[in-house]
Amino acid sequence: MSATAPFVRFPARSRRRPLDGADTRRPWTFWVLATLFALYVLALYGPMLCIYVLSFQDLRGGLVFPMKGLSIHWFIDLFTQVRTGDVKGGFERSIWLAIFVTVLTVVGSFLAGLAFRNRFKGDGIVFYLMIGSLVAPGLVLGIGIGLLFQYLGLPATWYTSALGAHLSWTLPFGVLVMFAVMSRFDRSWEEAALDLGASRWQIIRMVVIPILLPGIVAVALFGFTLSYDEFSRSLQTSGPLNTLPLEIWSMTLNVTSPSLYALGTVTTLASFLIIGVCLAAITMMQKKRARTIS
Amino acid sequence: MTDGKGDIELAGVYKRFGDTIAVDGVNLKVPDGAYCCFLGPSGCGKTTILRMIAGHEDPTGGEILIGGEDVVGLPPVERRTAMMFQSYALFPHLTVRDNVAFPLRVRGLDKAERYKTADEMLEKVRLTELANRLPGQLSGGQQQRVALARAAITEPRVLLLDEPLSALDEQLRIQMRTELRRMQRELGITFIHVTHTQLEAIALADLVVVMEKGRIKQAGAAREVYAQPRDKYVAEFLGGQNVISGKVQSVNGATLMVAAPDAKSIVVPLAGRHSISSGDSVDLAVRRDDLRLRRPGVPVEAGWNSVNTRIRAIEYQGAFVKVMLEGVNDAEFVAYLPERDFFTDPFEVGDVVVATWVAEQSLLLS
Repeated sequence: MSATAPFVRFPARSRRRPLDGADTRRPWTFWVLATLFALYVLALYGPMLCIYVLSFQDLRGGLVFPMKGLSIHWFIDLFTQVRTGDVKGGFERSIWLAIFVTVLTVVGSFLAGLAFRNRFKGDGIVFYLMIGSLVAPGLVLGIGIGLLFQYLGLPATWYTSALGAHLSWTLPFGVLVMFAVMSRFDRSWEEAALDLGASRWQIIRMVVIPILLPGIVAVALFGFTLSYDEFSRSLQTSGPLNTLPLEIWSMTLNVTSPSLYALGTVTTLASFLIIGVCLAAITMMQKKRARTIS
Repeated sequence: MTDGKGDIELAGVYKRFGDTIAVDGVNLKVPDGAYCCFLGPSGCGKTTILRMIAGHEDPTGGEILIGGEDVVGLPPVERRTAMMFQSYALFPHLTVRDNVAFPLRVRGLDKAERYKTADEMLEKVRLTELANRLPGQLSGGQQQRVALARAAITEPRVLLLDEPLSALDEQLRIQMRTELRRMQRELGITFIHVTHTQLEAIALADLVVVMEKGRIKQAGAAREVYAQPRDKYVAEFLGGQNVISGKVQSVNGATLMVAAPDAKSIVVPLAGRHSISSGDSVDLAVRRDDLRLRRPGVPVEAGWNSVNTRIRAIEYQGAFVKVMLEGVNDAEFVAYLPERDFFTDPFEVGDVVVATWVAEQSLLLS
């Protein structure tokens, strides 16, 4: 490099950047992206919103716009008319199934999370076998389980074959979430507890579970929602009694009144309620421990 | 738990992880109530020894005695040791009071009883106002005091500290160092402290144990290890010494002459070592603060050693001036000069100087 290398100046157009607050206009790219996002949100929630709105029509209401009147007639109809199908039974079965699935998923994921912290022989194979059922198409998996039950001469019911089919979906999910949660768990917490005189069981009860609780609630939430609205894995495995998604599906085939929409509104509200409660619980736990995990 | 005494004895303690030997046959006695520092670079096995004393790791071979009783295989509680982890390992979901009371909780004490004891302990470490905070809301120094209180509440006979000051900034480290020593005096129990910081070890410890590659290189009082290093490794690791390598020219009575490049010849006291003869390669050490620099031509008295060299860099340190010299055989060669002396006739970088010291102050290393 020669000592007299000329100092290269940028062309004149590279002006000084406007200082903070000097220029409050947004660049044109902001408006393009904002429009794109608005369209996305509309496509995502618009159709659902139509169903919720149409469910509040009165007796004259039909399945399409325009809206005719305003009442809660179809909600009453939903729970009183027999012709709309076994909504109440389907709802109960789906809730109970989701609860069983949630409990088993939480317990299974938690134990798997603990086990996979150490390497063990064949851990890779176990892991991929577990993840494999996530990739398998749900409908095919459901048919397989249905066939197996038939072959074994067992009746397919929502609390046996459907439960298994749902677990094949929720358990791998739960385990993956648990792995992410566990990765932030410091082993020295356990060692410290042991050092201070805690028994193995006390360590789990007083240290591991409380610290992991927000993650465990997240796994529960996953398990519940995945099971509650599962259709393809339930189709061939629930036996003679329908779960709620199956009931709704069969209603779309033979019910032509807005009570179908009312059902959509009610189930959505139920889902939001459960999710809301779980999120509130997580938020409270997070708030309580403030900026703790440093 | 036959004896309440916290003296520790390691006898041939050996630990292997797979193919690597972490601790290679260590023998050591730590008296009851001593402050002992294990000092060494990372991977030298010092933390492994600590964890074996704590019971979080089992030795592959050898015996660990606490209070005269072999504790290998016993859980930490029965050893009556308590460990303070490098990350402090405070439970994030429990308040400061609940953290400190945790050992009492697992022992089945009721809430009123354990809070009473915990509050007394919190007072000792001056954390009473923070009792209801969560660990995440505390500074590093406060977290450390909580960890200390939690470990001490079990009334252990040995407290094990794994790099307790490494997570703190410089100023706080010096402050907490004093605090640790104060706590140790107050509790009157044995402290084993693992560190890679030389200054920390010699400032705190009654007994400094210098380690390298799973072996103890030297164990002794801080002053002994610093001023009388046994070999080149200890001298270089503790710092404060210049190590010069050379060949023995001649042995005359109580001294020997060492030839080194750039030096006429260096006289070293033999200090009872009679197995050395001319032609042997030896290392010798001279303290950095024993060196005096003279300008060329200034006569050197009898009984002084001298080395011709040149000043490479000068660093002002406040209390003294650190002058880095061109070393013999490219080794580090540094003089610590008293600040006032230096500035009466300051040297400049690049000056040719004669580094001199009293021959008696040279130390022959093994």
